[in-house]
Amino acid sequence: MAVEKILGIETEYGIAGGPGKDPIVASSLIVNAYAQLCSNSIRWDFDGEHPEIDARGVRGHLQFAPIVERTVANTVLTNGARLYVDHAHPEYSSPECRTPLEATLYDAAGEEVMLEAQISANVNLEPEDRITLYKNNSDGKGNSYGTHENFLISRSLEFADIVRAMVPHFVSRQLLFGAGKLGFETDAGEMSRPIFQLSQRSEFFEEVVGLETTMKRPVINTRDEPHADAERFRRLHVINGDANMSQVANFLKLGSTSLLLGALEEYGVEAFPPAPVDPVFAIRHFAQDLSWVGLEREPHTVEATDGKNWSSWQYQDSLWSLAKKYVEETGAEAVASEGEVSQILKGWRDLLDGIKDAPARVADRIDWLAKFRIIEGFRERYGLGWDSPKLHAIALQYHDIRPDRSLSKRAGLATLIDLLDIRTAMHEAPADTRAYFRGQCVRKYPNQIHSANWDSVVFDLGDGPLHRVPMMDPTRGTAQLTENLFSGADSAEALLEIMNR
Amino acid sequence: MSEQERIQKQRSERTETSTEAEQVSSAKSDQLKADLDDLLDEIDIVLEENAEEFVRSYIQKGGE
Repeated sequence: MAVEKILGIETEYGIAGGPGKDPIVASSLIVNAYAQLCSNSIRWDFDGEHPEIDARGVRGHLQFAPIVERTVANTVLTNGARLYVDHAHPEYSSPECRTPLEATLYDAAGEEVMLEAQISANVNLEPEDRITLYKNNSDGKGNSYGTHENFLISRSLEFADIVRAMVPHFVSRQLLFGAGKLGFETDAGEMSRPIFQLSQRSEFFEEVVGLETTMKRPVINTRDEPHADAERFRRLHVINGDANMSQVANFLKLGSTSLLLGALEEYGVEAFPPAPVDPVFAIRHFAQDLSWVGLEREPHTVEATDGKNWSSWQYQDSLWSLAKKYVEETGAEAVASEGEVSQILKGWRDLLDGIKDAPARVADRIDWLAKFRIIEGFRERYGLGWDSPKLHAIALQYHDIRPDRSLSKRAGLATLIDLLDIRTAMHEAPADTRAYFRGQCVRKYPNQIHSANWDSVVFDLGDGPLHRVPMMDPTRGTAQLTENLFSGADSAEALLEIMNR
Repeated sequence: MSEQERIQKQRSERTETSTEAEQVSSAKSDQLKADLDDLLDEIDIVLEENAEEFVRSYIQKGGE
């Protein structure tokens, strides 16, 4: 049986400007500006953070384990999200969402949060120090930062089966959900020198499976930090995706992955297409496949364990059929409502048919294609070479979050979500996960919260010991279960008293 | 061969009769092409003034 596919996205934003051009200072200004706007700044509780625990069953070698920073700017928002400085980037980690569409909404809310933070921080800065943010994943000079998806999955799945089943999707989904990149920037790219790649991230992957996220990046990350009851749940931490500007691509990236994880829990690994013999080669080789825009004759293929050669399209087509079977046979209630699940299947199919038969038809939904068309159109119009700085400026400004500078906002991308809903989601938490409880606590008792994290809220009532409220089940703490608690409690003391009755 | 020509070639090679859905999607492709032309007409207003300096100075520290 599939467990409820609670999910969310963490996005590190690219950052330019700031006093002394120091990215850590600039990122702190962004986070603190927004915390001031919301008049709260809530500490993160690092108890329960164990990024060094490896899903393969061993504790990671500490030398290579991610480092948890404890002193940086941080806040928890009333929508249940976390806004903080991660390394040298401002990061928005969305609240736990119940469905792919909701997670898309809260990721879009994150863009608006960052935009407000940027505007607010810049009010107090000299023009030459003003900060700009980019929702992208690389600087074109060999530095990458992540957009990580998180999915709640059953602890009963063997990690080796997750790897074996999901590798085909994770190497091929960039065909439809990649955000595109002009040129290359790593030793891996240097070997084949592509003029354009479908994904921002693909050339950075060097391993199939591993614990790290900042070097020797693995296609499948083994961080086993469920932020929930570890007896029942895993959190699959997916680090191979791109930040999307296209809402449709973002939705279908999450939706397709959720459906396939549900199918894995339902049918097991045997239902999945054969994995590529060399997944690292596959993710890079598929990224460089420009046959879809007519720059090469044949799609790139890679050898799979069945001895046959597969293109990224063939993988996606096969995975779509598996997802369809899962929906038809089970209803896929673990993923979303019947209507939303059909929307995922139809949208995914439309992209698959479009990219094969008439790419221009889906250029309003596929990020890399929308970006490629602007670059190619500009290049043709002015007779430029592929290395022209103007083209690189276009590639970067595709991801600028300012409406007056963003090229993705001018690319005719289809919208999926109403702006009013996005503005509401900046402040209101999802109703159907524990994010509701966290968000309500932050809204109602900000001065009595000592700290918070994904699976608990810690209150300081000023009477001595701190009071921790654990939330080990992400599917509880919902509006339905806790709304009445809040309506009867004007203070944190009252809330705790009601809960202890 | 430009992308547009390639798509037209693919279309003309099809043996099946054009369905209503194809006509709709063809209209959509045309609309997207027109939108792209509009964008290219006004892109200089949006692009950072000194593209070379702008691109060169965009340097990030790694993250994650």
